[in-house]
Amino acid sequence: MSKKVIYGIFDDEEVLLDSNKEVRSEDISIKEVYTPFPVHGLDHALGLERTRLAIAAFIYGAIGCALAIWMTYYIMILDWPQNIGGKPSFAYYLNMPAFVPIIFEMTVLFAAHLMVITYLFKSKLFPGQESSSPDPRTTDDKFLMEIESDDDKKISDLLKKTGATEINVKDIA
Amino acid sequence: MQKESPIREPLILGNKSYHDITVDVAKPVLAKANKMWWIVFGISLVLFVWWILSVGYTIGTGIGVWGLNKTVGWAWDITNFVWWVGIGHAGTLISAVLLLFRQKWRLSINRSAEAMTIFAVVQAAMFPLIHMGRPWLAYFVFPIPNTFGSLWVNFNSPLLWDVFAISTYFSVSFVFWYVGLIPDFAMIRDKVNEKYWPMRKKVYSILSFGWSGRAKDWQRFEEVSLVLAGLATPLVFSVHSIVSFDFATSVIPGWHTTIFPPYFVAGAVFSGFAMVQTLLLVMRKVVGLEAYITIKHVEYMNIVIMLTGNLVGIAYLTELFMAWYSGVEFEQYAFLNRATGPYWWAYWSMMTCNVISPQLMWFKKLRTNIVFTFILALFVNIGMWFERFVIIVTSIHRDYLPSSWSMFSPTFVDIGIFVGSIGFFFVLFLLYSRTFPVIAQAELKTIVKSSSEQYKK
Repeated sequence: MSKKVIYGIFDDEEVLLDSNKEVRSEDISIKEVYTPFPVHGLDHALGLERTRLAIAAFIYGAIGCALAIWMTYYIMILDWPQNIGGKPSFAYYLNMPAFVPIIFEMTVLFAAHLMVITYLFKSKLFPGQESSSPDPRTTDDKFLMEIESDDDKKISDLLKKTGATEINVKDIA
Repeated sequence: MQKESPIREPLILGNKSYHDITVDVAKPVLAKANKMWWIVFGISLVLFVWWILSVGYTIGTGIGVWGLNKTVGWAWDITNFVWWVGIGHAGTLISAVLLLFRQKWRLSINRSAEAMTIFAVVQAAMFPLIHMGRPWLAYFVFPIPNTFGSLWVNFNSPLLWDVFAISTYFSVSFVFWYVGLIPDFAMIRDKVNEKYWPMRKKVYSILSFGWSGRAKDWQRFEEVSLVLAGLATPLVFSVHSIVSFDFATSVIPGWHTTIFPPYFVAGAVFSGFAMVQTLLLVMRKVVGLEAYITIKHVEYMNIVIMLTGNLVGIAYLTELFMAWYSGVEFEQYAFLNRATGPYWWAYWSMMTCNVISPQLMWFKKLRTNIVFTFILALFVNIGMWFERFVIIVTSIHRDYLPSSWSMFSPTFVDIGIFVGSIGFFFVLFLLYSRTFPVIAQAELKTIVKSSSEQYKK
């Protein structure tokens, strides 16, 4: 029997969520769900793990902060200490208050940009990438559940029973 | 599902389905521009050309073509810089601070407010750049290893903090904006008919980075938006604080004040919201978004204008009190000179526009009136420009030595660069309103079931 991919299309996010739970309780694995907007609770319903992007942002911020501290120390104290406006650059801790704005800005700069780059990289978003959505209506008002299975009859019935308004079945070549 | 109290007024009017929102947001992008758009665009373009000529003349001849003199070394250029940066603040406030406070009314206006931020910061950044005289040496402000005997930048200087603050602010705002735009560009990509507009399809495909709306992508999207909001919130407060340090860390009477950072931030939000009102009141009409940018949104923004206007008013009074209470005669003279000296008209324009006129917002009838709001927003914009002019020019035009007292009068180049920057700003904003999804439609769809009129019945 050939493997098939079944697309269940829904009109409402609440119906989709219920259907997700139903399908998963039948031990059928959902390949992907495409939605036009972030649906709250969908990651739970699909059993997705929490994203660690916030942790990554914290680490990037810490790197930016450390780099800024090193940069201000190296430039102002180590490489070429100068007495500017009666404020000599003898020791870092004496001049540090004047560097707080720079350290803060560098922290934000690193955290924000590197986090976004990580996000684009992990989600494979870049110019020239093609959309992987099987139906263009998923950016408008349709919610699509993608399931791969041998038994397309059983899946189709289940999806229909749980509220799908449209079922499309395709053979996987 | 989120539910909302029925007492709260709806944020989306009419029976809008998800599909209706898609159509309404895609319409201005896919349809042809109307006559009004071309007229405004034409005027803006003429002003932009004036800007190019004035800037070209300044760079070719030197900043001696401005009205500056030995006493007044900073005038319109820095006034315009601070004015534009301040205007930018409302965008970040709406998208970041209101996101952290879970304010749903931000969703209809955040995209355009952020666009305004980015275009305003572009205008702002031009002024220090052309003030350098030789803008091709602008890289001197960055701490890059060089061949001039390790000639480093001075990290003690607030002007250098500004470089870091403005460049971080601009780039982070841009990224924040773009992250939100990706799903909406994808919506437009899928709406464009490839048969008729192959080029348009291609452009929006590239812009949307191949977004397909997978569950994991949305989870990451929300996390990234939240963290960016958390980062942008202290960032936006830091930026105008640092701009105010340009003045506050000097020893010039009238500038040397510890209340400058909060005072400038409040003023920035005040002027920024006024600019958002100016733009959105016109835009909602021209592109037919009255169902999304409702009177309620206008009222909320007017309340912010009233609040920040009063904060600014308190700051003005505090300044006067501190000048008197400090007992420093130079400080006292600086403020006496502001209110009664040769620039009294600038001071009292500022007071009228910024402190007295927002008091009218206490009346619900007025703050829910579109025409009144538009006029008041213009007043606030003018008043906030005068505030910066008053702070900068009146503080330095009469210094410690009466023999060097002087006045400032702008040349046509000063005027050209300022008015031209408004033209430049509108050119960018008008192009944006025809090619970008002007409402964050993907996120707006999340509140249809909690805050739209049809579900509240």
